[in-house]
Amino acid sequence: MPYSLSINGKLHSVSDPGQTPLLWVIRDSVGLTGTKYGCGAAQCGACTVHVDGQPVRSCSYPLASVGSAQVITIEGASGPQADAIRSAWIKHEVPQCGFCQSGQAMSAIALLRGNPSPSDADIDAAMSGNLCRCATYNRIRAAIHDAAGNVGQGSA
Amino acid sequence: MAFWRRRDGAKRRRFGCLPIFLTVLILMILLIVIIAWPRAMPQSETLPAAVAAPRPVPLRTVQSFAGIADTDQRSVALFTEAGRVIQHPRCLNCHPRTDSPTQTDAMRPHSPAMARGADGLGLPTLRCSTCHHDANFAASGVPGNPKWRLAPIEMAWQGKSLSEICKQLLDPGRSHMSREELLHHMAHDDLVGWAWHPGGDRTPAPGTQQQFGALIDAWLKTGAKCPS
Repeated sequence: MPYSLSINGKLHSVSDPGQTPLLWVIRDSVGLTGTKYGCGAAQCGACTVHVDGQPVRSCSYPLASVGSAQVITIEGASGPQADAIRSAWIKHEVPQCGFCQSGQAMSAIALLRGNPSPSDADIDAAMSGNLCRCATYNRIRAAIHDAAGNVGQGSA
Repeated sequence: MAFWRRRDGAKRRRFGCLPIFLTVLILMILLIVIIAWPRAMPQSETLPAAVAAPRPVPLRTVQSFAGIADTDQRSVALFTEAGRVIQHPRCLNCHPRTDSPTQTDAMRPHSPAMARGADGLGLPTLRCSTCHHDANFAASGVPGNPKWRLAPIEMAWQGKSLSEICKQLLDPGRSHMSREELLHHMAHDDLVGWAWHPGGDRTPAPGTQQQFGALIDAWLKTGAKCPS
């Protein structure tokens, strides 16, 4: 049964089985490879995308559950929070190997949308599900603080 | 005297190239024969499961307590049997005494670190629904249910004796339930029912939800006595 789903504002028709993880639909069927496969068990956060604005682990989200929800991947992340995160990530040179960073950025964008000025504790709590094997956590935290102060001020 | 001659004057035996060549040739033919010798090829076969599927554990029926003549003692015995479900990791993991759930049969701290939030559904920035959805998802092994959430802190069961849990259940101030609501929660609630269908290699709660509900019903009807 084909599924029609909205990814980054564009409708895609895919013929994957309903129990296919959304991650593989995004990467293999739609061809957007910015979202990464890390653990496949919702343990690392590398596959984080937004479904109707909420961050979800796409490796643990069945295609059949998407329905008419709006899926946003790192390629389609936009808005003042996304711009601020992008600028701060560049300014602080956050990525090291970079593999986890699309998931980190998607969680950070959702954090700033819900909490415009997060404390260290808020950041730790919101980002605890996103692991970084390069341990760039300090730079991630600094970049989120920086981005929080620059939301709506345009790209650096 | 030439050094290659023996003292007794016998000539040293000399080897030509032909014997060496023939020896190498024979060895190569032998090697080819050994390699090419027909043998049974490995066949595909089912590998044994890495983790044995959990075996269901039975729960005693209400009828099996009929031999206890004293009503109070029967009531306590019924609740003690129901306690095998109540104190099972499938139930305790979401009735923590802290603001974070535990997981697995070992009841280790939840990974990633989660907080209950104001509504028991996680913090606004990291909800339970980030990973848990309407049903168990075999592809990732993540369990799910439409009502997936933590029990309120007043309903914490971890670290408490069965006697303490019993008194807590009967206290509407902490259970937020009348006895009828308590029975419905135990016997019919969909999230409670997940404990018998946890998916993956998780051990299900003993018996069935129907049997568990019958035990709670019988316990309430016998005066809802608590173990000491």
